[in-house]
Amino acid sequence: MLSSALKQSLGLALVMAALAGCTSTSTVDGTGNAGTTGADTDTSTESTVSTGSAGDSGLTTRGGQMEESAPAIDTVFYFEFDKSLLNAQSRAALTAHAAQLKSSPRSIRLEGHADERGTREYNMALGERRAKSVRDFLVLQGVDSSMIETISYGEEYPAMRGSSESSYAKNRRVELK
Amino acid sequence: MFGQKTIKAKVFYLIGVNMQFRWCLLLCCWLGLSAATHAELTIEITQGVDNPTSIAIVPVGGQGNAVGEDISAIVAADLRRSGQFRPVPREDMLSLPRSASEVYYRDWRILGTEFLWLGNLLRDAGGGYTLNFELFDILSQKQVLKHQVSGGADQLRDMAHFASDMIYETITGIRGAFSTKMIYVEAFGNEKYRLMRADVDGARPTLLLESKHPIMSPAWSPDGKSVAYVSFETGRPAIFSQVLATQERRQMTNFKGLNGAPAWSPDGKKLAMVLSKDGNPEIYVLDIASNRFTRVTRHFAIDTEPSWTKDGKGLIFTSDRGGKPQIYQVTLASGRVERLTFEGDYNARARLSADGKTLVMVHRHNGLFHIATQDMASGDIRILTETHLDESPTIAPNGAMLMYATKFRSKGILAAVSLDAGVKFRLPSKQGDVREPSWSPYF
Repeated sequence: MLSSALKQSLGLALVMAALAGCTSTSTVDGTGNAGTTGADTDTSTESTVSTGSAGDSGLTTRGGQMEESAPAIDTVFYFEFDKSLLNAQSRAALTAHAAQLKSSPRSIRLEGHADERGTREYNMALGERRAKSVRDFLVLQGVDSSMIETISYGEEYPAMRGSSESSYAKNRRVELK
Repeated sequence: MFGQKTIKAKVFYLIGVNMQFRWCLLLCCWLGLSAATHAELTIEITQGVDNPTSIAIVPVGGQGNAVGEDISAIVAADLRRSGQFRPVPREDMLSLPRSASEVYYRDWRILGTEFLWLGNLLRDAGGGYTLNFELFDILSQKQVLKHQVSGGADQLRDMAHFASDMIYETITGIRGAFSTKMIYVEAFGNEKYRLMRADVDGARPTLLLESKHPIMSPAWSPDGKSVAYVSFETGRPAIFSQVLATQERRQMTNFKGLNGAPAWSPDGKKLAMVLSKDGNPEIYVLDIASNRFTRVTRHFAIDTEPSWTKDGKGLIFTSDRGGKPQIYQVTLASGRVERLTFEGDYNARARLSADGKTLVMVHRHNGLFHIATQDMASGDIRILTETHLDESPTIAPNGAMLMYATKFRSKGILAAVSLDAGVKFRLPSKQGDVREPSWSPYF
């Protein structure tokens, strides 16, 4: 019973995530401040992702150990400076994403970002290269390329403010939405 | 030597009502335009030349005191900002001459003054103003300039900048650029972006475009009438051009992938840009009249940030085809590509000086990003700035200074440096993060 409830909530979370993914590109003024800016999108992503795990933990406290609870897969993949190579952690997560996308196909959006160092237009190209590197990996795993949209924001939407290496590391990323 | 020039009504204060959007009505929701805003930039001079010319800018006579702008103060600030002049403080002046007959050269020689400027402002019958001004060489005891400029009551700053241009050119032999303008991007967190135009001293900021989505890479057209830029307002980056006088906007590109780094050809008929519609970032040239795109580069690496050579026959651009970003030049007729930079592991977003002899670019040195010049003949690189997140250099039309974006106290600001690195100043913003300056051509 619990597991079916969980499945339901996870399914709902997925739908919501998909919806969030779709709506995140266009500004919807009607929903108040439901902006599309990076910060907003970031938090909305986080909230859609955590919707699943929040339901998860909520059920756990009531019902004990969940056998079938699917671990949350990373949706942000990090890169080295001026590089677009995927690290082992990203590849593992993307392999899991690919399996999921093949079993239940949906449209995804890969948003590439760069840190603030270097020039803005070069960073746009770098963000795109990173997004495409993630896309190519998914396609290689059998995901339908027509379901994948890539976009680069360059250094325009930092995940973390500040000019330290720790902020930079958080900003050189691709977000799967 | 004696002349008159009337400043035409070139200063358009932009009113956000008569907007003509060619695009869908949705844009109206996203792009709120309002009248002029107050994000003033203030100047802080951080370094000048060792022996600046001492010049006395006497407070303007006639109606000079009765108007809203202190013309002499604007002129003095212009000249001080050039780094080549040291205006005499008003409290040191022994007299305030209003005409040549009141100039006692000895009084000024005692102060070490080399030049003296005086002006008189008169109200015209039509409500406008005329500024008569004269420049004297104290050492040779000669009048070296006498000029007149007229304009409306809202053009007093323009008249002051015009006087500064005349003084600068008379003394240095280089055309002044105090009357030019700049366009820049102002960002407020990730929530609001503005495309702004202002005088090069940061005064009279005027809103050109406001968006909830990033605005990037503004480029002033060579006739000074339009600006091209990248806007994410459609959910993806797209290149727009906008006529400054009418605010009329036109979307120039709508391709999948990158649509970026617009650069006007010297004749204003073409736009070079980067597009990744064919798979990866390549340089294209758009013929604006025919709307025809010509692909210029063919390489699997990143090719971006094109900029025209002065003869319009070639482009310089950034490419990492050698493994790291470096500057290359392509000849449009033959497609031949040549690498220009070899020193350092990051050279990007280059611009050529007006005489074509100097390359200005972002250069990484010891892991820090500076503005640097490279002599085209010798290949010698010179780092002009000490701050470390410097980008977007834009050269003044007279080639004397360049403006760039940097960070100061964790805020995006504009700063300027002379091409010989002798003069430096900052233009900190009172509001958001300011970046991506584009220095206008002469009008």
